[in-house]
Amino acid sequence: MPLDSKSPGGPIETRWDRHRFSLKLVNPANKRKHTIIVVGTGLAGGSAAATLAELGYQVKCFCFQDSPRRAHSIAAQGGINAAKNYHNDGDSVYRLFYDTVKGGDFRSRESNVYRLAQISLNIIDQCVAQGVPFAREYSGYLDNRSFGGAQVSRTFYARGQTGQQLLLGAYQALERQIGAGAVEMYPRTEMLDLIVVDGRARGIVTRNLLTGKVESHLADAVVLGTGGYGNVYYLSTNAKGSNATAIWRAHKRGALFANPCFTQIHPTCIPVSGDYQSKLTLMSESLRNDGRVWVPKKKGDARKPGEIPKEDRDYYLERRYPSFGNLVPRDVASRNAKMVCDEGRGVGETGLAVYLDFHDAIQRLGKPVIVERYGNLFDMYERITGEDPYQAPMRIFPAIHYTMGGLWVDYNLMSNLPGLYVIGEANFSDHGANRLGASALMQGLADGYFVLPNTINDYIASTKVEKMDAGHPAVKEAEQQVNCVTRRLLEAKGTRTVDSYHRELGKLMWEYCGMSRTATGLKHALEEIPAMREQFWRDVKVLGTGEELNQSLEKAGRVADFFELAELMCLDALERNESCGGHFREEYQTPDGEAARNDDRFSYVAAWEFRGVGNPPGLQQEPLAFEYVHPAQRSYK
Amino acid sequence: MRIVLHIWRQANAAAAGRMVRYELPNVNTHMSFLEMLDILNEDLIGRGEDPVAFDHDCREGICGMCGCMVNGVAHGPLPGTTLCQLHMRHFKDGDELYLEPWRARAFPVVKDLVVDRSAFDRLIAAGGFISVATGSAPDGNAILVPKENADRSMDAAACIGCGACVAMCPNASASLFMGAKLAHLGLLPQGQPERDRRVMAMEAQANRELFGSCTNIGECEAVCPKDIKLEVIARMNRDFLHANWIGRGGLKGD
Ligand SMILES: Cc1cc2nc3c(=O)[nH]c(=O)nc-3n(C[C@H](O)[C@H](O)[C@H](O)COP(=O)(O)OP(=O)(O)OC[C@H]3O[C@@H](n4cnc5c(N)ncnc54)[C@H](O)[C@@H]3O)c2cc1C
Ligand code: FES
Repeated sequence: MPLDSKSPGGPIETRWDRHRFSLKLVNPANKRKHTIIVVGTGLAGGSAAATLAELGYQVKCFCFQDSPRRAHSIAAQGGINAAKNYHNDGDSVYRLFYDTVKGGDFRSRESNVYRLAQISLNIIDQCVAQGVPFAREYSGYLDNRSFGGAQVSRTFYARGQTGQQLLLGAYQALERQIGAGAVEMYPRTEMLDLIVVDGRARGIVTRNLLTGKVESHLADAVVLGTGGYGNVYYLSTNAKGSNATAIWRAHKRGALFANPCFTQIHPTCIPVSGDYQSKLTLMSESLRNDGRVWVPKKKGDARKPGEIPKEDRDYYLERRYPSFGNLVPRDVASRNAKMVCDEGRGVGETGLAVYLDFHDAIQRLGKPVIVERYGNLFDMYERITGEDPYQAPMRIFPAIHYTMGGLWVDYNLMSNLPGLYVIGEANFSDHGANRLGASALMQGLADGYFVLPNTINDYIASTKVEKMDAGHPAVKEAEQQVNCVTRRLLEAKGTRTVDSYHRELGKLMWEYCGMSRTATGLKHALEEIPAMREQFWRDVKVLGTGEELNQSLEKAGRVADFFELAELMCLDALERNESCGGHFREEYQTPDGEAARNDDRFSYVAAWEFRGVGNPPGLQQEPLAFEYVHPAQRSYK
Repeated sequence: MRIVLHIWRQANAAAAGRMVRYELPNVNTHMSFLEMLDILNEDLIGRGEDPVAFDHDCREGICGMCGCMVNGVAHGPLPGTTLCQLHMRHFKDGDELYLEPWRARAFPVVKDLVVDRSAFDRLIAAGGFISVATGSAPDGNAILVPKENADRSMDAAACIGCGACVAMCPNASASLFMGAKLAHLGLLPQGQPERDRRVMAMEAQANRELFGSCTNIGECEAVCPKDIKLEVIARMNRDFLHANWIGRGGLKGD
């Protein structure tokens, strides 16, 4: 049976309104009798927890950092989209919807995307009211810029720290509720399992990261806003702690995992410099508004960039995509960088980099304008590389950045497990096979402030959950499971550190399930991963105990989950015999090297069911219908 | 290059701590400071010794999770830089570095270089917000904000809550942190209605957390990785006096 997305039919413009009206409400006086667990305090989790508490629910909220303000959303630099059309440049809700469906390479759900575009308007208003210091024009009006492949100026920003400022808005709203006693906050607490009773999500098992205490928390519904799984690649732009544990363990309890192979590679990151490297740093893609990307025309040209004359340079994006030029979407920009490096025209010590050059922009606009626009990014580049980008072009290379895949959810953001909601990057919902710039922040806040707080009422109002306590067998079983994993990790007493395994897995994934993929490579990875995983469990070395702050133990649990997830990603990539968005299968390309989709066979969401470690998972499909934006080959030429 | 580290090791909040010496013979100059600690930890685990616990997450200087004292200076010698953004090219072969956790009564040590900064969250919970329920906001352009105000508000809002200011202050005062939040919200029209209440509530909470008072020494500003200016403390003091005056019978809007 195909999966039912519960998308309302009828005219797309009114779907959300009509749907909201059809949802049951909970009497305000009754809300405080219901407890909702929110795991995660990023834009999605933080905004949801604050809003649910404002509505009157009892909220318990969890994060693994020492403060909810440090969730990974804080690192987002560039901006957040909204179809305000403040610039009268032809933007509209419909255009943002259209761009997002097309940008996602026709692998997202139209109903969700339209709703996202509609809600984008409310988000900006809400954030301004909270005191988010968005950039302003001298007149006092909000400033916008064009960003990440958009031909209109719809991106709102707060210097290069948009994610930080939006998160502080949500964090402050959350702290206000904590102060008022409406939210019980559990920082430095990691969710390690989901409690499922009679097929419904009823709670979570957590480990206090300071004391090691394993505890259960019960509720009427559980919301996961635990972020993406890009760290499966070890090196990524994600924060070091970002992990898949919450969603993966929910998957092992029955939640379907959708489109795991859809990962996004960001074109403008600082290249890898050595083996000790612990993470990759993103340079905001807003840099592509003024920087020009090029490599030498000749292979192995060893001259300094300044010594290479214009005629010996290949501005390959401008050449191949004259209408979008340096602003082509991320997947296209990344793949082209890989192509020129594969041809031997990459630059820098490793040959795995291309230039991003501001020379012309500085000449045209003057240095002060560039300082004003990108000063903090230039400083960051200099700090990391020791080179001055005002003098010589930056060297950049693509890196794993975002995961479009995640737990499957319906239009209400509920997974196939009743009572389990998934929001933000942790779900698969709105970006299809490729996410456009400045739209993850939009999605996280849309989910948390406006969608979930509306849809969850319906579940609470229409579901009679049984009373239960911590003595319930399902709770005991989940706690035992958690303790058992901890014990196995500590008792392996092997020879190699967690990081060394994580690095090895990451290299393999980057090689075979990264920027471009082949059936042969994926099959190879599918043989390697189980062997590596087995060795990990036998040979990992974790010192210390489970009853203290033990950072190696935390990492070990996360890496164990990455090993299982990695296998599913490769399998999904192998099954999807087409190229679309961030998923590029070398076998499926157009004569001029662009991604070739196969809409007849693959216009569906692949939602995987867990059937035991090492057992082939079950595939369920949600067919995708495009009533408004008709699938065409994306062209940015 | 060769680096000698002396690191504060403390098993837990109750245990006694001590400095322990470690020698790193091969530090690559392109490494970040935390990558150097990663290498040390890999080495320690290899030898069966407990790795050094330190907080970190983004490693991009924005989450505010990292930080320790390096030779007595919060976040180390480079101005305007978090520990995770400090690279080893700023040190020389043979350097000896003393790493200690943040020092402040309000930030008790949890383990090694990890401290408990939850007092900062409680300061925000006391009043560091604008009370606006989701859904009640007018259009974003309904209330204009002069660019200068938005810019200065942003300067203050850049605070990452790392705690370096408190750690460096001889009084362990949280004034720079509080002043930054009060300036961020107080410079915007949206922040006006609660301005008095906010400063009073945060001050009262700071006293409960046992943060010290500000005596205008300025060490906080010198180590702040986000260049938050002392000016925010002056603003806070003015707001505090004003709010007190209102509280003693002055009129709103005085
Ligand atoms: C460097 C960078 C720049 C970016 N720039 C932009 C941009 O300019 N515009 C844009 O739109 N998007 C951007 N993105 C993407 C965007 O930031 C993220 O997709 C988005 O912030 C994710 O938000 P989230 O709330 O879903 O998850 P996160 O912010 O990742 O939050 C996850 C939360 O879950 C908690 N958590 C996770 N696992 C557990 C567990 N097991 N137990 C307890 N708690 C747990 C964490 O503590 C955290 O609180 C950027 C991403 C990166 C990496
Ligand atoms: S690790 Fe985030 S600021 Fe240093």
